[in-house]
Amino acid sequence: MQVTMTVNGTEVTRDVEPRLLLVHFLRETLGLTGTHWGCDTSNCGTCVVLVDGEPVKSCTALAAMTDGHEVRTVEGLAQGAAGGGTLDPVQQGFMEEHGLQCGFCTPGMMLTARALLDREPDPDEATIREAISGQICRCTGYATIVRSIQWAAAHPAAAPTEQEVVA
Amino acid sequence: MQVPAPFEYARATSVQDALELLERHGPESHVIAGGHSLLPMMKLRLARPEWLIDINDLAELRHITEDAGVLRVGALTRHAALLGSDVVGRLFPIVHDAEKVIADPVVRNRGTIGGSLGQADPAEDLTTVCDVLRAQVVIVGPAGERVVDVAEFHRGPYETACEQNELITEVRFPIRTGSASAYEKVERRVGDWAVAAAGAAVQLGDDGTIADAAIGLTALGLEGLATDAAAVLVGQRPSEDLIAEAARLAAEASSPVEDQRGPVDYKRHLADELTRRVLRRALERVGATATAA
Repeated sequence: MQVTMTVNGTEVTRDVEPRLLLVHFLRETLGLTGTHWGCDTSNCGTCVVLVDGEPVKSCTALAAMTDGHEVRTVEGLAQGAAGGGTLDPVQQGFMEEHGLQCGFCTPGMMLTARALLDREPDPDEATIREAISGQICRCTGYATIVRSIQWAAAHPAAAPTEQEVVA
Repeated sequence: MQVPAPFEYARATSVQDALELLERHGPESHVIAGGHSLLPMMKLRLARPEWLIDINDLAELRHITEDAGVLRVGALTRHAALLGSDVVGRLFPIVHDAEKVIADPVVRNRGTIGGSLGQADPAEDLTTVCDVLRAQVVIVGPAGERVVDVAEFHRGPYETACEQNELITEVRFPIRTGSASAYEKVERRVGDWAVAAAGAAVQLGDDGTIADAAIGLTALGLEGLATDAAAVLVGQRPSEDLIAEAARLAAEASSPVEDQRGPVDYKRHLADELTRRVLRRALERVGATATAA
């Protein structure tokens, strides 16, 4: 069957098997491997992407069900061309506050954070912890992830990337 | 890698269209809404539908409407929408209590009330909530629409009154004046199924006595309501002694099984303790103060 959806602002149309999961559509069909594929049981949350602005576990959604919808992955967080663009405040926050160690959970964490801040620009700590409670991090103990999201909330205008600073 | 067995996919454009698709594709066709119960089962090959009928576009099944004496909730209403609804929280605080501990916030963006009830997992929270609120489920099929009480809808683990060629369209909650409700669950971690949970609804009469009560248990081996436990409350003034007696009877009515979430005596203890807590909270919410023992 044919599916058409907008991924990070670009419309894509592909022939897929109905049983193709959204996470594999993104990673394998489109080559967007920034979305990680983890537990496969909708528990760990590393596969979270935004569908119509809402965090969704892409291992538990079909590409077919996403036909006609708008998807945002971690590749769609930074504004502008890869390498030369502007990081999303959430990405900058994860850098500033060391919100990752191994980085496996990071794409899902950042997209959930983005959706939270879009809905609630100044969340308290409990709200942040609740928002990411469906996602597992085995490195940080969550403390630095919470601080990263707080940093992003405190710096809503995208910060310049290192490259731009150097330039 | 977990991948579902091959199937065909169709997207329904209306309730009628969904029914026609189910009819056309026969007994191996299955409705999908949020997919957070069905897709995991398909990945494990515990479910192998030949056709999936996607009803996510049916906006007519996504409403929360307060009518005279009844709150009507469309079957496709997401958990997140129930949790975000002020009218739901005001009329039925038990729904918010439960929704806060159903799965996790991301899963709640997809899972639906109709899907939860239809899946009928014995550790599923909304079944207990609907039992306690004496909700009704609206089912449409080739023969038209019928309205069934939740007690009748729920036929046991993974089994409901909704036939393969039918669709759950709405859940109706009767609004009762002077009533309140509460739910509490013990889970090992966020997103896990309940070790045990309890729900209660109470209605106070004008004279301050309990006019009506309902108690339900989740994951504790009780089908339907704990009727004996609720019966001791009716006609009485709220007190700690009374709550303790009802909780004792609720625990007695439970028949938990030992599993990786805990042994039988622990779960029976939870049945008692959680029943006390939800009765206390429901009574507090309705403005009654239980006299200390």
